[in-house]
Amino acid sequence: MGLIIEAIGTDKANLEVFAGTLQELALNDRDIIAVTSDSRGSGKLAPYGQQFPQQIVEVGIAEQNLVGVAAGLASAGKKVFAVSPACFLTARALEQIKNDVAYSDNPVKLIGISAGVSYGALGSTHHSLHDFAALRAINNIIIVAPADNFETEQAIRLAAEIHHPVYLRFGKKPMPLLKPAEDGDFQFGKGRIIKNGDALTIIATGETVYPSLQAAIMLEKEHNLSTTVVSMHTIKPLDYELLSAVASTGAPVITVEEHSVYGGLGEACASFLMQNGYSNPFKIMGIPDEYTITGSQAEIFNHYGISKTGIVATALKLLKRQ
Amino acid sequence: MYRLPFRGWGCGGFSMTEKELAQKSVAYRKSILKYIVGAQAGHTGGSLSCIDILNVLYNCVLNVDPGNFTSPDRDRYIQSKGHCVEALFVVLADKGFFPYSDLETMCRYKSHYIGHPTRKVKGIEQNTGALGHGLPISVGTALAAKMDAKKYRVFTLLGDGELPEGSNWEAALCAAHYKLDNLCAIIDYNKLQISGRTADVCNTDPIDRKFESFGWEVRHVDGHNIKELKETFDALPFAQGKPSLIVAHTVKGKGVSYMENGLKWHHGVPGKEQYAFAIEELDRVMAAL
Repeated sequence: MGLIIEAIGTDKANLEVFAGTLQELALNDRDIIAVTSDSRGSGKLAPYGQQFPQQIVEVGIAEQNLVGVAAGLASAGKKVFAVSPACFLTARALEQIKNDVAYSDNPVKLIGISAGVSYGALGSTHHSLHDFAALRAINNIIIVAPADNFETEQAIRLAAEIHHPVYLRFGKKPMPLLKPAEDGDFQFGKGRIIKNGDALTIIATGETVYPSLQAAIMLEKEHNLSTTVVSMHTIKPLDYELLSAVASTGAPVITVEEHSVYGGLGEACASFLMQNGYSNPFKIMGIPDEYTITGSQAEIFNHYGISKTGIVATALKLLKRQ
Repeated sequence: MYRLPFRGWGCGGFSMTEKELAQKSVAYRKSILKYIVGAQAGHTGGSLSCIDILNVLYNCVLNVDPGNFTSPDRDRYIQSKGHCVEALFVVLADKGFFPYSDLETMCRYKSHYIGHPTRKVKGIEQNTGALGHGLPISVGTALAAKMDAKKYRVFTLLGDGELPEGSNWEAALCAAHYKLDNLCAIIDYNKLQISGRTADVCNTDPIDRKFESFGWEVRHVDGHNIKELKETFDALPFAQGKPSLIVAHTVKGKGVSYMENGLKWHHGVPGKEQYAFAIEELDRVMAAL
């Protein structure tokens, strides 16, 4: 307890790790197929495409067709990664995701690139703050937001193996490795405890885990509040066992996500906790339901308090309420 | 008796006479009505307009039967106009995928025989029902065959009413781009949809020139003429390196005089006397064959 771990170094963007991992997998598996909607460049898939021109399908800017074609390929035995900006993939092609992938049980891996507010300055057309909410309400799809390079690589390898629809989303900013990689430390539906503490629990997902960890370190150093940080990379199925374990300590819970405060990780946790008799002080951090401000991803995070100091301030306020 | 030429592909050695096929069409129509009346629900007019196409596909063209349905080499039939599932159900029952009696549960509580195709029913390739989905999925499936140098072909049946869905046109571009000559789309061109004449709702004519300009090879056929349908399917692909489109000119409600070209039979269910009248009509057709 109280062990303070600094993040152990800046690494690549999760997006680059995705592309690299896919390239590695394709070396030994000719059934790996990337399908892109003019997103080869933004998906960092140019080297993959050069190496495996027979294993990449470009459909042009046509997301509905992207997902339909991916479903058809998957139904014929291909291990399909449909790659498109998360904002378009999960809005424009939502019906194809619902029917052709999830309902028909075609095991497509939907890769939402530049998710959340990665395209911050491009405005709400390019933000995906709805994807967890929209997909959570659809049966038969795993929803994953890896936090760092380790989680991304593991998630891609796992996604390639399983015969099940998966949605994976990540951003394009370099992400620090949160803790040393351990074998067997990654499964869909099992959150990872990045550090342990007993005064507070922060449950975060995707690229908000890092600022959550920074906040936890600051809370320990400056306020003597030891804090648990969970990387809840899988939004669905949610790790109820881990949620129960952290909630049963009675410590306040903060959830943090790069998503609307409606319908995402926070409300999923709240729903579980409330229906299972937990009454921990609880706060959802994310993007509020308003005309979203624009700027860089970091600026938007800072604006909405999804930052070291913002999370610390929220934590102190929540602890005072106790 | 005219015997249809057997070209050795897709039929698994199975060949039927034109008369036998015509008899099947009548029997299928009677079954469609029977189970729609039983369920008190269904898309009667559209099922009657596409049934001859399905008859020829399943009995002469597709190499699909209950024994090979999991084979990666089977032909694929994906019904984009999923609401006319009753036509597909009766053909699949006839092919032995499940007993006809299963269809007595159609649209009942917990039945898998619901108002649209689902993979819970043996013989069905994809869950459809929302329109504009069959063609993109078919493009992906045909593309997989090309990648693996497999010989199977992909057929998809579209309603003319679903053509304004933009996803069809995204997929039409893609199919031509990838030169999918193993893909055949069939339009059940009955010229009516739920709100009225398709030409009045959102005119898609000239549909042939639109698809041709997208890079498809197009043929027109009388969608109720067994011989023409068979010969047209035999001629696939219409052009090397191009996807094929069959515009099958059909009549909504075909085979039941009071339903033909009648808008209310889009999803109208015949009453007891209407049902008896329709069966009598169809029996007379059968007797004359």
